[in-house]
Amino acid sequence: MNTERMRRASVPAAAALLLFLAAGWASAAEHPKATPPAKKERAPEHLQFAVPTPPFTPGIFPCSECHKEMKPNPTRRELKDEHTNIVLNHAQGQRWCLDCHDVSNRDKLHLVSGEKIGFEESYRLCGQCHGDKYRDWKVGVHGKRTGMWNGEKQYLLCVHCHNPHDPGFKPLAPMPPPVRPEAVRK
Amino acid sequence: MPSEGTRDAHVHRMSRRKMMKGVAAVLGAMALPAKDAPASVWESFFQKNFRELSPEELNGVLSRLQKEYSEKYKKAVTVRATPPVEGVLYGYGLDLSRCIGCRRCVYACVGENNQSRDPQIHWIRVLQLNKERGVDLEEAEHYYNPAKVPEKGHFYMPVQCQQCEYPPCVKVCPVQATWKERDGITVVDYNWCIGCRYCMAACPYGARHFNWKKPALPPAEMNPETHYLGNRPRPVGVVEKCTFCVQRVRNTPGRYTACVEVCPVGARKFGNLLDPESEIRYVIENKRVFILKEDLNTRPKFYYFYAT
Repeated sequence: MNTERMRRASVPAAAALLLFLAAGWASAAEHPKATPPAKKERAPEHLQFAVPTPPFTPGIFPCSECHKEMKPNPTRRELKDEHTNIVLNHAQGQRWCLDCHDVSNRDKLHLVSGEKIGFEESYRLCGQCHGDKYRDWKVGVHGKRTGMWNGEKQYLLCVHCHNPHDPGFKPLAPMPPPVRPEAVRK
Repeated sequence: MPSEGTRDAHVHRMSRRKMMKGVAAVLGAMALPAKDAPASVWESFFQKNFRELSPEELNGVLSRLQKEYSEKYKKAVTVRATPPVEGVLYGYGLDLSRCIGCRRCVYACVGENNQSRDPQIHWIRVLQLNKERGVDLEEAEHYYNPAKVPEKGHFYMPVQCQQCEYPPCVKVCPVQATWKERDGITVVDYNWCIGCRYCMAACPYGARHFNWKKPALPPAEMNPETHYLGNRPRPVGVVEKCTFCVQRVRNTPGRYTACVEVCPVGARKFGNLLDPESEIRYVIENKRVFILKEDLNTRPKFYYFYAT
């Protein structure tokens, strides 16, 4: 008897559900914008940070300016004619120019995956090895942020503070110490 | 034996009590502004405590100060009294594994907050500590001056107002010239401070500073964007302290503090403790954090951390 009652009750319930669904579908059809997109399109990771332009040596960029006339030589060697001022002090012995700089497009860097990236996205390149720093940098904890604490912030690229060829932070001259109290007693 | 009354009845007797009354009256009168003093002096003399000012009275005070400072420093000075932003509790992070002790923050703070140049007042004191000893304040040195920092074997710990949750300095003020605001910033009403310096004795961080002399602030270096409770020019004889750049941060959007913006190694972090997405919350949740003199139960909102 119980099951019979349930069956009798379920018929109008199912009808009501159908009606409700149909109404919902109709209203969605009328206002297509009201339905949320199935998957929220996330901006590509490399577009999420507003960074200033990389600190190039004046006149050095674009690299292709000089390199377009040259035939690329992909053999690992010490550079003797150009870029002699660059002394690699960054995992030296394990790495050389073309591990980061792209050989086919001189104005780009490349990731391990082979993806070519611009110099303004160089943090992705650094983040391949320094994942912990990259993670902290993205949330604003590694490195300096300026701007608004509750609004638009400016980031710096890794290379604004760390020379990519010699990344250790260089010592600075300190500003003057405070005046000792005995010096102000007059 | 003649009685008291009969003996001196014919003499005008100056009792000790009468004389003291007279002295007090004269001294009291001398403490008042001179008769021909400008109206603004009388107004500031009778000004109420900041927290008792009605909105109209506050506007009057702000415009009076604006006029006074603009004349004195020969530039358009604004004095605001921006109230706390709702739903915000400021927190500060300082990465001890990054700080190199270069003192850029000390001087950026002086420039932003109009401290006296002579005698010198610094709201930030950078301590040089021995790596082997750790945070041993007995061994701290803040007059270090090598050619280059960091020095081998040392680390650096800048100390400024910790914006305590239970500020001992506020507790001891006999006239309630200093208090903690809703956003966690402890402020001073320089017009109400009587200069007793009890707060300086109570502060365990050495974060409060006294204007022993009339502050010397060159007009060219004066920052004209000021807050009543923050970086407006101070008179002689009052106590002052770090306010997390109240004139900058109390806006939507509000700027980072001057020390955060100048730090060349990005060791300084600032944000809203009540916002789970903020940098300071990330620091507290993911890094090794400590607070200075935790045993005193002052509950600082200034968190030292190690990012590595």
